[in-house]
Amino acid sequence: MSGGGIRPQRSFSEAARQELKNRQLRDNLGFATGTIRAKRLNAVSEVGDWEEVRTHGAAIKDEALSHLEENLILLESKVEEAGGRVHWAKDADEAVEIIAGLIEENGAKACVKIKSITTDEIELNDGLADRGISAIETDLAELICQLADDSPSHILVPAIHKNRSEIKALFEEKLGESLDTDDPAILAEAARRYLRGKFLTSGVAVSGANFAVAETGTVCIVESEGNGRMCLTLPKVFISVMGIEKVLPRWQDIATFMTLLPRSSTAERMNPYTSMWTGVTPGDGPEEFHLVLLDNGRTSVLADPIGRQTLRCIRCSACLNVCPVYERVGGHAYGSVYPGPIGAILTPQLLNLEHRQANTLPYASTLCGACYEVCPVKINIPEVLVHLRGKTEKGGAEQLTFSAVAKVMQRPKLFSQAIKKAKFGKRLAELLHLSKGWTESRDLPDIPDESFREWWRNRDK
Amino acid sequence: MNHSESGGGIVTSKQAILERVRACSVPQVQAERSPAEAMSVDIDRFCQMLTDYRALVHRCHAHEAPSIIGRLSESKRLVTPQDFPSEFIPEAAAVVRDAYLSTRELDQIDTALTLCAVGIEETGTIVLDAGPGQGRRAISLIPDHHICIVRADQVVHSVAEAVAKLNESARAGDPLTWISGPSATSDIELVRVEGVHGPRKLEVIVVE
Ligand code: SF4
Repeated sequence: MSGGGIRPQRSFSEAARQELKNRQLRDNLGFATGTIRAKRLNAVSEVGDWEEVRTHGAAIKDEALSHLEENLILLESKVEEAGGRVHWAKDADEAVEIIAGLIEENGAKACVKIKSITTDEIELNDGLADRGISAIETDLAELICQLADDSPSHILVPAIHKNRSEIKALFEEKLGESLDTDDPAILAEAARRYLRGKFLTSGVAVSGANFAVAETGTVCIVESEGNGRMCLTLPKVFISVMGIEKVLPRWQDIATFMTLLPRSSTAERMNPYTSMWTGVTPGDGPEEFHLVLLDNGRTSVLADPIGRQTLRCIRCSACLNVCPVYERVGGHAYGSVYPGPIGAILTPQLLNLEHRQANTLPYASTLCGACYEVCPVKINIPEVLVHLRGKTEKGGAEQLTFSAVAKVMQRPKLFSQAIKKAKFGKRLAELLHLSKGWTESRDLPDIPDESFREWWRNRDK
Repeated sequence: MNHSESGGGIVTSKQAILERVRACSVPQVQAERSPAEAMSVDIDRFCQMLTDYRALVHRCHAHEAPSIIGRLSESKRLVTPQDFPSEFIPEAAAVVRDAYLSTRELDQIDTALTLCAVGIEETGTIVLDAGPGQGRRAISLIPDHHICIVRADQVVHSVAEAVAKLNESARAGDPLTWISGPSATSDIELVRVEGVHGPRKLEVIVVE
């Protein structure tokens, strides 16, 4: 169901095998990623010093992460000075508890929501439903997923696996609309009618956040449809849940990220709407603002010197759109709200490399490096993938195998002996079999009777 | 709710998280920052960028603004912030000054008329910061038609300059709304549809 969390129920290869059977998904996804890829190149080429902006973005994030404690404390005090309240949540359950408590305090039975992967990460909708609170998604794509009882398949276009005729049928069934055509404009209009009523009557809204600036206490949400502005302006209570890694030190840093994010994500010069606010403003917008700062495994990512660059991520989804693996298997194969290359490194780390299925995700890659090239904050995803393979159990076997091979190969005598006796071949096969992730998709060649060296030596005889 | 027992006493989640952060001992690094460079502004290009994102652009001198606004609002109901400058308001217009109109009342009004704080040339963006003539956020959001007046001298070249210019508002905690074209979605088969929830029509009057 929509929500989803971060714990895959299948290994990646198992999930991928099943997902590959869905042709509709693959066609839709291929079309979407292809379109966005081309648009993104255009949007990026307009910025003359794009590479410098990327480098600067990475540097700001590294600074923010290396002073995380002081940035978070400063953010908290600035938000509270401005009349907001800050809450801290160690994990998903605690975050859900806090949010549910705030909604109940206000006597509300429902809330409107702005699309947010963080709220999906903590499975907020299910958690609220357990307490009898319904969460209404207000992003068109999320609404589609919610009505279809389906989980999002792409960070940016979560309903990309549904085509217009499926959406028309869904709206007719669930919203009681009778629609003349499946023209996207007609479908969007139906959603507008349905949701306007919700915006005008809801007392509480919940969102994620794209950035928060420590020195000013400003929180920022980037969006397209205006549902964010509605949620942010009309309900009496506004609650944002934000991963602790999203804090930026300085106000001016917003400029770098408002250049990097829209161009990398929707491939626009600028997205239609961005809202920035600090605490509450009397007479304008909500009367209460709550910011929930979420750890949920981020500090275990931060603890790893190579893995921590993952926390620079601004969730733009550019890496998904260039990934040959993602394009074929689709988002659902990653079994987590974080799909694609970023998911392959973020999900297992958030779970502290203790989750067996999640630990197969670093193998969901050909290490082609396309993700690294587009990443606006220069996360070296291939480097982290290899690093994680090395750290997980399976990767342990892979590393062991290759270091054994390397050792033998460095010593020609040993190598030819090994081959001659064919013992090494067998052992190699056994060892490789241990690291099933590696051999599953590759055929192990038969060990030839005559080694290449032997053949070379014997060829003229 | 926010606490857990641990050894010697009650540790709040805040303490627990910050303790874990500290334990990571991330080597401290500093990003180099340079002040936003002031660059010359090309109003033609600003208008081009606005048009690219399907805002409707009108260029005029200050004294021509009221008649343009009159024409654009087609003498339907107009809402303006309390402090909106009278000199821009067309004579015959049915203007409602916002005095905490309810959301439902705003929903009955056709057009919102506001000023803005900054225009950004390179992206075709206008930013409202709740300053003079801009009003509260609901005004420029709920009516289906937003007319925004930008003075040519409010336009800067880059996003970086805009952020620098908004420094004071950010520090004062004023709410900011960045607008680039009318609201839009591409959620259905990546076909762009204008106007899902925000105003479906955005008109920008550039006053020179
Ligand atoms: S890893 Fe980089 S490219 Fe991928 S979503 Fe995060 S910021 Fe974007």
